[in-house]
Amino acid sequence: MEKKNNQLIVNAIENGMVLDHIPSESIFAVIDILGLSSCTNQITIGSNLESKSLGRKGIIKIADRYFKNDEINKIALVAPKATINVIKDYKVVEKKRITIPDEIEGIAKCSNPLCVTNNQAIKTKFKTVVKEDTVEFVCRYCEKTTDIKSLKIIPQ
Amino acid sequence: MAKSLISIRDFSTEEILHILDIATEMEQNKSQNILQGKVIACLFFEPSTRTRLSFETAANRLGARVIGFSDVGNTSISKGESLKDTIKMVANYVDMIIMRHPLEGAARYASEICNLPIVNAGDGANQHPSQTLLDLYTIRETQGRLENIAINMVGDLKYGRTVHSLLQALSNFNASFFFTSPDSLKMPDEYKEFLNERGLHYEETSSLNEYINCCDILYMTRVQQERFRNPMEYEKVKNFFRLDASMLEGVKPNMKILHPLPRINEIATDVDDTPYAYFYKQAENGMYVRMAIIAYLLGYK
Ligand SMILES: [Zn+2]
Repeated sequence: MEKKNNQLIVNAIENGMVLDHIPSESIFAVIDILGLSSCTNQITIGSNLESKSLGRKGIIKIADRYFKNDEINKIALVAPKATINVIKDYKVVEKKRITIPDEIEGIAKCSNPLCVTNNQAIKTKFKTVVKEDTVEFVCRYCEKTTDIKSLKIIPQ
Repeated sequence: MAKSLISIRDFSTEEILHILDIATEMEQNKSQNILQGKVIACLFFEPSTRTRLSFETAANRLGARVIGFSDVGNTSISKGESLKDTIKMVANYVDMIIMRHPLEGAARYASEICNLPIVNAGDGANQHPSQTLLDLYTIRETQGRLENIAINMVGDLKYGRTVHSLLQALSNFNASFFFTSPDSLKMPDEYKEFLNERGLHYEETSSLNEYINCCDILYMTRVQQERFRNPMEYEKVKNFFRLDASMLEGVKPNMKILHPLPRINEIATDVDDTPYAYFYKQAENGMYVRMAIIAYLLGYK
């Protein structure tokens, strides 16, 4: 019964990618990071679905599109526990975990208002520092640390 | 990419010591024509007469010529020119750019968009590496060594970038630290954690008298009024962190008082005539250290 419900909420796709285990509050950030608002493929978005590990989770299914690893890894900023299912012919042919990139460019804003990147047309660059249960971002320019809660995503 | 000095962390310990050695050489021979024919830009997007004069004199004493501006008042920047365009334009004319900018990270950005050595003469509250190098030079000059120095940092330890950079630099030389500040301006936890990780010792106090007799260096800084919401609080703190000659009776004979200047009232003028005052010589040292930085980045030795 439960399974049937789930399928009702989020339809299976023939080919494409399913991004699962996204924290519900990060769903729109993921949409921004991957530039999905300007994507013309069929996209199914589910939010506030029940999840054992996250409480409430979000899921995004994108038909007929396969993101490269370095593209998809960008969502690690807001969804470090996401799993990626590669779907071909209704079957999961590959399951991937997100890996946090060492450096990220142009995805997020520096939280320091006096940073040069917030005052001139300059692409942001951060080094990621993985702590016990969180990630921090050290700005290449102002050298200040932005934590995950203060991280604002620049829509792509 | 050309070697630049943006943050003190850009230089290894060996490089830092090498710069200090060149600076010693510069102090012994204050005019050298090793950079004859070179042109250096001093771009001060934010005024700082003291720092600018020190850099410009340093360049002149090496035989280089200097162009630039001391504030943005009459330049195209005040008409909205981007930092990128200013740097790109000036980079076509000169061999090196020395720059001060109110935005944090401006110098790092400049170093990425042109192929010249950039010297960061201050980027907002972020970095001012020539100050750190001149502090190290002065500490070595007064103590004969950089290792195992006991330093007492006094004043605004929360916002003071000078003390933060100096702390990081001295952590490579097994220093021990005393932090003397009002409760509201204490050394941030991240720096104390940094010392813990490296196994370096520190003590904290809000009394200037407490550790004054056990340090080799008394590093005074300004406590600025704008850091306090309550003016009464500032008045109280201001006098509490004021050093006068009577407080120096029990200090170590080798102890020296440093201050990045300008001072407001945190060091009484009767301190100037004691054998412990060293802040004027410290400012003079800035010129030798800046000569060394410029010469080194332009390929000298
Ligand atoms: Zn920044």
